[in-house]
Amino acid sequence: MSHTTKRGLTVLATLTAFSLTLSACGSDGGSDGGSGSGGGGEDLSITFIPKNLGNPYFDASQVGGEAAAGEFGGEFEQVGPTEATPDSQVSFINTATQQQTGALVVSANDPEAIGSALQQARDIDIPVVTMDSDTNPEYRDVFVAQADAEGIAQAQVDLIAEQIGDEGQVAILSAAANATNQNEWIDLMEADLEENHPDIELVDVVYGDDDDQKSFDETAALLQSNPDLAGIISPTTVGIAAAARYLSTSDAKGEVALTGLGTPNQMREYIEDGTVESFALWNPEELGYLSAYTAQALANGDITGEEGDTFTAGDLGEYEVGADGVVVLGDPTVFDESNIDDFDF
Amino acid sequence: MTTLAPEPAPATKPPAARPQSRLASLLKARETGILLALVAFLAVTTAINPRFVFSTDGFRDLFLTPSILVVLAVGQAMVIITRNVDLSVGSILGLTAYLAGRLFLDTGLPILVVVLLAVLAGAVLGLVNGMLVAFARVPALVITLGTLYVYRGIYLQWAGSDRINASDIPDGLLSFGTSSLLGIPQLAIVSFVVLAVAAYWMRTSRGGRELYAIGSDPAAATLYGLKDKQRILTAFAASGALAGLAGILYVARYGTISSGVGFGIELEAVGAAVIGGVAIFGGSGTVVGAAIGAYLLTSIDRGLPILGIPDFWQRAVVGLLILGAIVLDKVLAERQHKKLLAERHRS
Repeated sequence: MSHTTKRGLTVLATLTAFSLTLSACGSDGGSDGGSGSGGGGEDLSITFIPKNLGNPYFDASQVGGEAAAGEFGGEFEQVGPTEATPDSQVSFINTATQQQTGALVVSANDPEAIGSALQQARDIDIPVVTMDSDTNPEYRDVFVAQADAEGIAQAQVDLIAEQIGDEGQVAILSAAANATNQNEWIDLMEADLEENHPDIELVDVVYGDDDDQKSFDETAALLQSNPDLAGIISPTTVGIAAAARYLSTSDAKGEVALTGLGTPNQMREYIEDGTVESFALWNPEELGYLSAYTAQALANGDITGEEGDTFTAGDLGEYEVGADGVVVLGDPTVFDESNIDDFDF
Repeated sequence: MTTLAPEPAPATKPPAARPQSRLASLLKARETGILLALVAFLAVTTAINPRFVFSTDGFRDLFLTPSILVVLAVGQAMVIITRNVDLSVGSILGLTAYLAGRLFLDTGLPILVVVLLAVLAGAVLGLVNGMLVAFARVPALVITLGTLYVYRGIYLQWAGSDRINASDIPDGLLSFGTSSLLGIPQLAIVSFVVLAVAAYWMRTSRGGRELYAIGSDPAAATLYGLKDKQRILTAFAASGALAGLAGILYVARYGTISSGVGFGIELEAVGAAVIGGVAIFGGSGTVVGAAIGAYLLTSIDRGLPILGIPDFWQRAVVGLLILGAIVLDKVLAERQHKKLLAERHRS
């Protein structure tokens, strides 16, 4: 027995060592300086570095970035790692720096790991914009955020109010009970309901832990314990898809409205079969578009990333840099039957 | 525990046919007990909210929701009965579900072929576990803990942040996941068939009885000349294949596959088996008991939100149930042990 145990320990130790090796490899900062001034001016070249390639979400932001570059006459390039690991973007940032690209737009896989590489780019005056996912503020000039919490909360409340005729019982199906962003949205939605929708009663908040099965069970329980339920808000992509799948085959289909945050690809089926009328999410295409314009504004010296700077982002109109150098895209996009086929992410 | 087991002798006869008919009835009582607990829970929940059972959705979910866990628990019971454990089933489930999704997306193979491929892939992954356990002679707990991470790692590498959506999956499979035949959901029928075949095999076949023999006393089984390696391989391959089947059921039921599929479900499968009276040290218990355990676990998961028990307590309740089952197991085993001792003194 002790013999087997010892072998068992050996295997366990080997496995542990193996996984440690895996997580330890890489992480060199790269020490290749580079000199000269950044691009800027008329023929601005913009390099997008998404979290990973082959990700429909970033394919969409690429489309937006390209469109923007086309409008202001810049060159657009998208490079990036195939996998979204913390340090996989470092070599791409270094290469872009050496090539003295006009501006960098990065969706950070890690707030810290790519910091020194970005700093080197900024040392030679290449403007650095982060989008979708930020680094620590000291490593970039401007962060282009998807949407602010108020906008996200209000969009969902407006959608459910519209779908249930502004009266009746609603419930919220969230992710984990301790998810910071979810809880912030829920608080804001509660306040919004109380203030602007007196006839809507929030009867329950349940947590599906971003797990399909748990979200299923919670949806079923919501329907069973609240026979008069008129609508469900699920501000999480896993939750809304699970709830939609449950509703689509349940007696409550068409009776109980569902909305929240979801991606068009995962919700297409349920929009088509009529389970869900409309839902919201920020539009990654617009995110890429705005990021490219932000990069251009920085490169041209129109803005410096200070709070209060304003610039115009093509069709999207005027934007203002907020505190900590954050630019907010604006209200989420609403997806319904009429526009869902225009999106693929 | 092990004292409840039939002797490791030829063991081709079902326990009921052995002289200790009281032992057989005790075994039976073990499953009856868990069944009563299930019925009691359903009764209480239904009394509080009749829609839990007496609504179309409620009645359907009663059978539909546990199907996946039942299939996993049956495989898990077969492995645990040999005094091993298979912790990798959650990762196998996820990997085969994603494999099936990719096949639908990339190849357009007919549903039945994809199902067979997924089950086959599960069997191969299970066979890898079995070979490592049988030939490397490392405890299954360690081996399958390793493959849990290895399989999950392969899955993460393969799927990344990709997700397969309901619109990518054939309508035939999706509607199979929720439709019913004569009022019984089709997924539940699949799980019943799996359960019936496994129960029959475990009870009557030589191979099935030898799984009990190996679990009761591995050394004695080897000395007796049982093909223990082959049997253990069979048990793990069966568990893997059933996890593959469960992966397909998952696709049919949930319609969305991301890299988190099946995460942590292996512990629910082990929990279902243990609650259902399968002794964690092997040699005793039945797949039927494990299936009832799975029903109890999922019904509790579904019922607690309806009873209004806060989320934070739901897992604690499940944990208490597992502890209770193990304590009960221990008490029953002790009592049986004393009884057997008393009988020996009398004779």
